[in-house]
Amino acid sequence: MRILRNLGKSAKIFLQKIGRVTKFIILIFSNLFTPPTYGGAILRAFFQIGWMSLPVLGLTALFTGGALALQIYAGGSRFNAEQVVPAIVAIGMARELGPVLGGLIVAARVASSIAAEIGTMKVTEQVDALITLSTDPIKYLAVPRVLAATLSLPVLIAIGDSIGILGGYLVGINRLDFSSSTYLASTASMLQISDFSSGLVKGAFFGLIISVSGCYCGFQSSNGAEGVGKATKSAVVAACVFILAANYILTEVFFNS
Amino acid sequence: MIKIKNIHKAFSDQTILDGVNMLLQEGSSTAIIGTSGAGKSVLLKILLGLLRPDIGEVSINNIQVSYDKPGRTLSEIGMLFQGSALFDSLPVWQNICFKFLKGGEKLSIQDAKDLAIQKLKKVGLNHEVANKYPSDLSGGMKKRVALARAIVGNPKIIFFDEPTTGLDPIMTNTINNLIREIVETMEVTALTITHDISSVEQIADNVALLESGMIRWEGKSKKLRDSKDPYVYQFVNGKTKGPINVT
Ligand SMILES: Nc1ncnc2c1ncn2[C@@H]1O[C@H](COP(=O)(O)OP(=O)(O)OP(=O)(O)O)[C@@H](O)[C@H]1O
Ligand SMILES: [Mg+2]
Repeated sequence: MRILRNLGKSAKIFLQKIGRVTKFIILIFSNLFTPPTYGGAILRAFFQIGWMSLPVLGLTALFTGGALALQIYAGGSRFNAEQVVPAIVAIGMARELGPVLGGLIVAARVASSIAAEIGTMKVTEQVDALITLSTDPIKYLAVPRVLAATLSLPVLIAIGDSIGILGGYLVGINRLDFSSSTYLASTASMLQISDFSSGLVKGAFFGLIISVSGCYCGFQSSNGAEGVGKATKSAVVAACVFILAANYILTEVFFNS
Repeated sequence: MIKIKNIHKAFSDQTILDGVNMLLQEGSSTAIIGTSGAGKSVLLKILLGLLRPDIGEVSINNIQVSYDKPGRTLSEIGMLFQGSALFDSLPVWQNICFKFLKGGEKLSIQDAKDLAIQKLKKVGLNHEVANKYPSDLSGGMKKRVALARAIVGNPKIIFFDEPTTGLDPIMTNTINNLIREIVETMEVTALTITHDISSVEQIADNVALLESGMIRWEGKSKKLRDSKDPYVYQFVNGKTKGPINVT
């Protein structure tokens, strides 16, 4: 009986939270196209979230592509199918590893920094100060970040896919005795536009998830440094979990269509 | 005119405000005193529309403060937060002129910078401070920058949450004179929170003592020191024994 009651309580809290987050997302979207827009803040967000994520994303993709080539080779050689390496590396990177690992690594970088930044502003009353200076915190702090993350993640993921394939190529021709021309030809012949496009759509969703988690947790934070730390942690955890869940759901959708 | 009617506010189980009533006439300068934790800052936030009271309402010039969209009453108010609340990603001059750079009314960058430097001078800071970032300032300097930000738009109403806490006696005097000057020359309605009795006498016409959730005493600031009211007597003389529970 007690377990049941506790379960009900937890479910209620969970649903309430979902409700609040949904309300928050609606609030952001309703503020997306109404003036004023803060051009400077939007540009800064694109720079911080898009451009500055490139190094870490590139390195992740490069190493993953390289490792993937070795693994596929090891697996493929068991039934004399070493020649599938280029195709599987390309498809694996573009369809799954590029978007998911890219999303997770950007979540770690961006969701945490958004939550810490907004959380600090919240606990030091800077958010209150914004309001008293006739500036809507949602418009000034959240909208630029959500816009930048949602639009730059697809681009980042496309770049990550390409770098991952490059990583596989480098390992393929240097370690696995592929000739450059066969590797490239085999990659090109197998890849389809749809392999990339699903990743781009996923990217937009992941960007939305990352920025909304960061902003929501940031605005919710209280109790000084400890609260900001908690907000940062929750933002990264929520972003990662929702990215993985969304990835499965979106994969199902693409699989069925 | 600011009407504060029967404000109640509790955080979880802790009652902070328990029926606060006040009336601030236009052009008057009022000080609120009270022990640390009495709820003075909370009351200011309720006046601004930043915190929703559990019961009660506030109206400013006959417009009711809205807790969903506080914008309508806020445009006339200048606020100095207790912790300064400067934007640490922006240099001092952009902090001061934020309203004119990001808010509704726009100024050119040069005009905004000139205006910021002019206001800095008013609070006793020189123009070199304009390009610094808040993290490079001392606590007292931050407070004065925040004060400059609060008065920059020539607001009709100003709220100051401990404007001189952390300043040296000379600067305290300068700031108090500035507040007095603003009140007298610009005909603003001012509400200042302070712990300093001589500041009260210097800047305010009226004073209210907030204690245990209510206004326990209200009167002319000149009468504060001589009041026989037990709350005021204990507060002014710093007695540990009396109606104010200090444990
Ligand atoms: N957001 C909040 N959540 C929970 N409790 C709060 C919150 N804000 C204030 N309080 C509590 O309300 C009480 C009054 O706080 P307030 O900041 O108004 O005090 P104060 O009178 O301004 O004191 P001081 O002179 O030290 O600044 C304190 O006990 C504080 O812990
Ligand atoms: Mg206070």
